[in-house]
Amino acid sequence: MSNQIHDDVCVPQGNFSFRRILAVMLRHLYVLRRSWPRLLELAYWPLIQMILWGFVTKFFMGHSSWVAEAAGVLISAVLLWDVLFRANLGVSLPFIEEMWSRNLAQLFVSPLRDAELISALILMSLVRTLISVTPAAFLAMPLYDVWVFELGIPLLAFFTNLLVFGSVIGITVAGLILRFGLGAESLCWLGIFLLAPVSAIYYPVDALPVWLQWVALSLPSAHTFEGMRMVLFDGVFSWHHFGWAVGLNVVLLSGATAFFLHMMKMARVKGLLMQQGE
Amino acid sequence: MALLSDPIIEVTDLYKTFDDVHAVEGISFRVEPGQTVALLGGNGAGKTTTISMLLGLLSPTKGSVKVLGALMPAERHKALTRLNFSSPYVDLPKRLRVWENLTVYAHLYGLKDVKGRIAELSEDLELTSFLKRPFGDLSAGQKTRVALAKSLLNAPDLMLMDEPTASLDPDTGDWVRTYLERYRERTGATILLASHNMGEVERLADNVLMMREGKIVDEGSPSELIQRHGRENLEQVFLDIARGTSVQSGGAAA
Repeated sequence: MSNQIHDDVCVPQGNFSFRRILAVMLRHLYVLRRSWPRLLELAYWPLIQMILWGFVTKFFMGHSSWVAEAAGVLISAVLLWDVLFRANLGVSLPFIEEMWSRNLAQLFVSPLRDAELISALILMSLVRTLISVTPAAFLAMPLYDVWVFELGIPLLAFFTNLLVFGSVIGITVAGLILRFGLGAESLCWLGIFLLAPVSAIYYPVDALPVWLQWVALSLPSAHTFEGMRMVLFDGVFSWHHFGWAVGLNVVLLSGATAFFLHMMKMARVKGLLMQQGE
Repeated sequence: MALLSDPIIEVTDLYKTFDDVHAVEGISFRVEPGQTVALLGGNGAGKTTTISMLLGLLSPTKGSVKVLGALMPAERHKALTRLNFSSPYVDLPKRLRVWENLTVYAHLYGLKDVKGRIAELSEDLELTSFLKRPFGDLSAGQKTRVALAKSLLNAPDLMLMDEPTASLDPDTGDWVRTYLERYRERTGATILLASHNMGEVERLADNVLMMREGKIVDEGSPSELIQRHGRENLEQVFLDIARGTSVQSGGAAA
């Protein structure tokens, strides 16, 4: 049934192909590589946030014993919050970009698998997040004498947990946008900000009302920020909070993936894959 | 594993309903290896819906679709490496340069020699002069040629084409049709195309499926259809069927 030219030009790929994942990443890297406004935009907001919270820190150093105990607590929090925020956008925006460019149907009639698309989006999220927060992290030292890398190995644990949780939100938002169309694209920003108050970014979980503390402790982000404060204030890495964050991330990532795949199935039933676009 | 004698496409009693709209109603047909088959019908006849189900982009409400031996959409990944698709209604990323778009898809299809294959197709389809330009900056004719190059990257056994020459000037349209004829001769590929262009269908298609209101209302080679309807060309047959004025319309479903 097959023609010889096909067999000559193509190499059979497995059920899960890293080459196809890299192909999707390449598509987004080509855009980033040439667009300095996009690169600037990625780094701009974390820098502004860091500068703003740097001044807040300076002010509180003389007015708050809590901040004075650990000078980097607010700046570390703002940088890690940006990891979460950018990880979310890093998944949802490339997905929306496929819809804007009416490329989704082309992708879904190629051999690309759904799991490969999700993997590529998470890896792109890592790339975009690193581009976003690295300049701010390095500039915090000369500007405010805060060296966020002092957190050491735990920083890697916090970064990874927030990257995964941000991706979980991004995958969920991508599923919703697939189902409800580009009219729902503002969910990219709404979803993450809904979680901000209960993620205990700038204050401990016990500052929340008791009923909200339960909500906070069901989120990997709250455990991560609690863990960050324990390192900064007590010099202790909390395996308890780390374990909870990892466990919750595993459950939530599985749930978000299942949700996205269900939305894909719905899109196939409702004929949404051919209609997407501006 | 599909056998040589198996049809490339086998559609059996296929239905697709969106809420209370019956887009496709109980169609059945087969496409044999090496055939070029045209789906012909007015707007809303169900052509694009049928193609979407053949591609696995849309789940049937009832019935079955087998493409290259794989049940769609459940087993689509068995078929998707060996087919490809082109439509003016589906774009490529506009900000990416032509060579970047082709490179991305070349990796998705697992090409052995990405640069070599792109160079070969660029030469064949006369893309070389604008390979470095963003896709969004191209004219309609250039975009069609790039989309065609993308759909030929994996040298597919089956090409599904939704109005391949829509919005092209006659010269470019003729150029695309000539290229498709040559490709079919060289590879023995099967082509299924949906079109409103009767000249194109008469020239390319071995078999025509005439659709109206989600049903196949007539089927045959272009000359058979013209003869059966007592008309001079396929356009007149199309108008008869689309307007429901033909003695044949409503009968002879495949």
